[in-house]
Amino acid sequence: MELSGSEPSGEEAGGGPLPPCGREHLVVVGNGMAGCRAIEELLARDPERYRITIFGAEPHVNYNRIMLSPVLAGEKSFEEIILNGHDWYRDNRIALVAGDAVVSIDRQARAVFAASGRTVCYDRLLIATGSDPFIIPCPGHDLDGVISFRDMGDVDRMLAAADTGGDAVVIGGGLLGLEAAHGLSLRGMKVTVLHLMPTLMERQLDEAAGWLLKTALEARGQTILTGADTAEILGDGKVEGVRLKDGRMIPASIVVMAVGIRPNTRLAREAGLAIGRGIHVDDHMVTSDPAIFAVGECVEHDGQVYGLVAPLFEMCRALADGLVEKHSGYRGSVTSTKLKVAGLDVFSAGDFSGGDGAEDIVLRDASRGVYKRVVVRDDRIVGTVLYGDTGDGGWYFDLLKRRENVSELRDLLIFGQAFASGGGAADPKAAVAALSDDAEICGCNGVSKGQVVSCIAKGARSLDAVRATCKASASCGSCTGLVENLLALTLGDDVQAGPKTMCKCTSFGHDDVRREIVAQDMRSIPEVMQRLHWSTPDGCSSCRPALNYYLLCALPGDYADDVQSRFVNERMHANIQKDGTYSVVPRMWGGITNPRELRAIADVVEKYDAPMVKVTGGQRLDIFGIRKEDLPAVWADLNAAGMVSGHAYGKSLRTVKTCVGSEWCRFGTQDSTGLGVKIERMTWGSWMPHKFKIAVSGCPRNCAEATIKDFGVVCVDSGYELSVGGNGGIHVRATDFLCKVATEVEAMHYCAAFVQLYREEARYLERTAPWIERVGVEYIRERIADDAEGRDAFAARFLHSQSFSQEDPWAERAASHVQHAHMAEFHPAKNLTDGEIA
Amino acid sequence: MTADWLDIGWLDQIPVRGARTVPVAGGEEIAVFRTGDNQVFALVNRCPHKGGPLSQGIVHGHSVACPLHNWSIALKSGIAQGEDKGCTPTVPVKVVSGRVLICRAGALAAA
Repeated sequence: MELSGSEPSGEEAGGGPLPPCGREHLVVVGNGMAGCRAIEELLARDPERYRITIFGAEPHVNYNRIMLSPVLAGEKSFEEIILNGHDWYRDNRIALVAGDAVVSIDRQARAVFAASGRTVCYDRLLIATGSDPFIIPCPGHDLDGVISFRDMGDVDRMLAAADTGGDAVVIGGGLLGLEAAHGLSLRGMKVTVLHLMPTLMERQLDEAAGWLLKTALEARGQTILTGADTAEILGDGKVEGVRLKDGRMIPASIVVMAVGIRPNTRLAREAGLAIGRGIHVDDHMVTSDPAIFAVGECVEHDGQVYGLVAPLFEMCRALADGLVEKHSGYRGSVTSTKLKVAGLDVFSAGDFSGGDGAEDIVLRDASRGVYKRVVVRDDRIVGTVLYGDTGDGGWYFDLLKRRENVSELRDLLIFGQAFASGGGAADPKAAVAALSDDAEICGCNGVSKGQVVSCIAKGARSLDAVRATCKASASCGSCTGLVENLLALTLGDDVQAGPKTMCKCTSFGHDDVRREIVAQDMRSIPEVMQRLHWSTPDGCSSCRPALNYYLLCALPGDYADDVQSRFVNERMHANIQKDGTYSVVPRMWGGITNPRELRAIADVVEKYDAPMVKVTGGQRLDIFGIRKEDLPAVWADLNAAGMVSGHAYGKSLRTVKTCVGSEWCRFGTQDSTGLGVKIERMTWGSWMPHKFKIAVSGCPRNCAEATIKDFGVVCVDSGYELSVGGNGGIHVRATDFLCKVATEVEAMHYCAAFVQLYREEARYLERTAPWIERVGVEYIRERIADDAEGRDAFAARFLHSQSFSQEDPWAERAASHVQHAHMAEFHPAKNLTDGEIA
Repeated sequence: MTADWLDIGWLDQIPVRGARTVPVAGGEEIAVFRTGDNQVFALVNRCPHKGGPLSQGIVHGHSVACPLHNWSIALKSGIAQGEDKGCTPTVPVKVVSGRVLICRAGALAAA
């Protein structure tokens, strides 16, 4: 191999003349966006300074890699995404060596070697090798038909596969994966996207925007599986499908791997340059060898590696300044991303993680499918996420990069540039005053300003009254601010505060939220938050458990419980105590037990060193002082003796307390224990707005204290007296009489109906006593005692719901080999204190 | 010599809007939180109010609600929010290539 003087021939130089000699020779490894942009910047500063040779591994001229998605989607041709054609190389006397990859660098000889054996010497070397797609090393990753999405060759392979149609699987729900999926879908393939994380594009989007995106893509016919972990790519020589770790199989004739990219540092590493995640460069893009520079996705600057195009442009400017000795320096980049899928506008920039001192300004417009979030810290924008309306993305990004003080714009910022800095009135109330009478205020219900004002004039003195009379702001709530301003404008200080909202995250009360969940068939917490314009990204500890319950109640068997929206006790299936240990209460049906259960409880107490066992007010045994890590073993032991969770921790049916009844008691009129057991078997495991207690007494002496329970049965000679809404808490309240029935079957039927009415209509964390005081016992009687048809329907809905909820949570968790995540500890390989293996 | 940063496990072992704990020999347990936007924070697993295990609280935004009395603690600073006064020690934490690392000295000092 010749070391010196081997010049690229004129052929590869696009037919142009050879570069003139006598100047320093700058060799560029990489004919992509970074390499060529660096040269453009250099030529703009001093076109005569260097003799230039560019090596490219691909057999193409310089094209715009980020436009590969539109090529795949058929929106552009390859010719349209060429940045610099052959004439550019020729006119600037650049020698292009395309289709011959550089395989090594000899820093001592200052030469690079290409795959063909070609050797070229350099005075300065620029490495712009970009990044490589990351391939998950799962079984089958090397099958024919597994394609990455990085270059024109990949696009050609995908297009060839799309020609025959069929199923495509895209692994990775990030920017690149979704663009690939969109392209393949447009080309007629049936596309499934597998994404490991719970939300799409989680690095660029928050959960709300990720949910909107998923919904929109599904509406376009793609199947999106989140939380999908690939186990294996199946096929005999060629891809036939993908198997997930949970066992699901998805057929596929091609698999596109778009799970991420890695800086391509191989050449630099083998040449002995300093490497971290990328090639280490200083502010002037100089590597650890002063004769060698690097730019683009292959570099690591100040601990950061970038996979986007904007930083690359900034790096190239700093590099070119350095090459002509007018050092400016690169200071790192703030990045923004935009999804290139036609019709889906998604934009994110900066740090939208919130945190201390950060203020979220959120605007949701459900009818237009818009979600906008601007994060402000110390009067400056630090991040933004936009979905559906990204027109102001550039403006926010510009304010962000310039660190502009936005305190003056604060109130109107979220409405965008036109509103905030244009001619729009600075005072929102004045802006509303300026609206004409026929200006539409509420888009959902078509209510004009004139109608709102006249409804206020006719006596609506609160937001709620306006909602109830003219329906403005009663659907999605996005015009709530406008209506409030109209109230203030019309009434001044006479505006009445509405009923309490659910929490500070929303302007709606519990009843409104529940009604809309059912009316709009909402199916997840992020969906509710989007459609009802939540003002926080993921709610708070008040609204999340409530929404989780409302959805669970509205969609039995269909809604996937959100464990992270549960209070600790319901997540741990035990009661947390003040020292952080838990108490465990096994279910004892109707308060009846036997030697086997008692032995099992005694064994658990001894085995786990429980300091106390107590009989509870509901006739159960409570084992105190169980450590968090022992809970699964305790459950397994109790399960083995036939006992299940007593739900003593839940907003759910707690216990059915009984007295001994006619079987033993000389006063007993009916089999109260038998009925209690039956009722408990029917109602256990049901989630409720709050805890729910039942008792059955065998005679009017009422030893089971049925008249201070949520549902009480008092047996009499002629049947069963049913009463509701009792409470033995801070405010003792005796039950209200509901009705009397003749048979056990009827007693159970009325009980099921009442429980369901409570489940569907009470507010979260409202016990039956305050609920009944609020709606009146007459209302309950009308719905349950007087309306036979309604009663049957309530009972049927309850039993349907119960068919999904009577799984013992203890057995599920004790049997699971996967540790309950909330109980798990990290076990570091080394002990914190002494560095020994733990 | 032992490293300054202690590798405690994979980020994806912490549920989103959840937490895991790290035992500290002779010291107080540390809670490592993961928020809805995939940020990670580490604090001593103790509420400044009555010592409740913060790791078992509901994580919302960048705060956690203590499971005992619903105090809201800022994950980044450990400071109780709103009217409540108090502070839980925080521990430096970072995520590198999907691994969660906590600061050894910070963990020992906080504990």
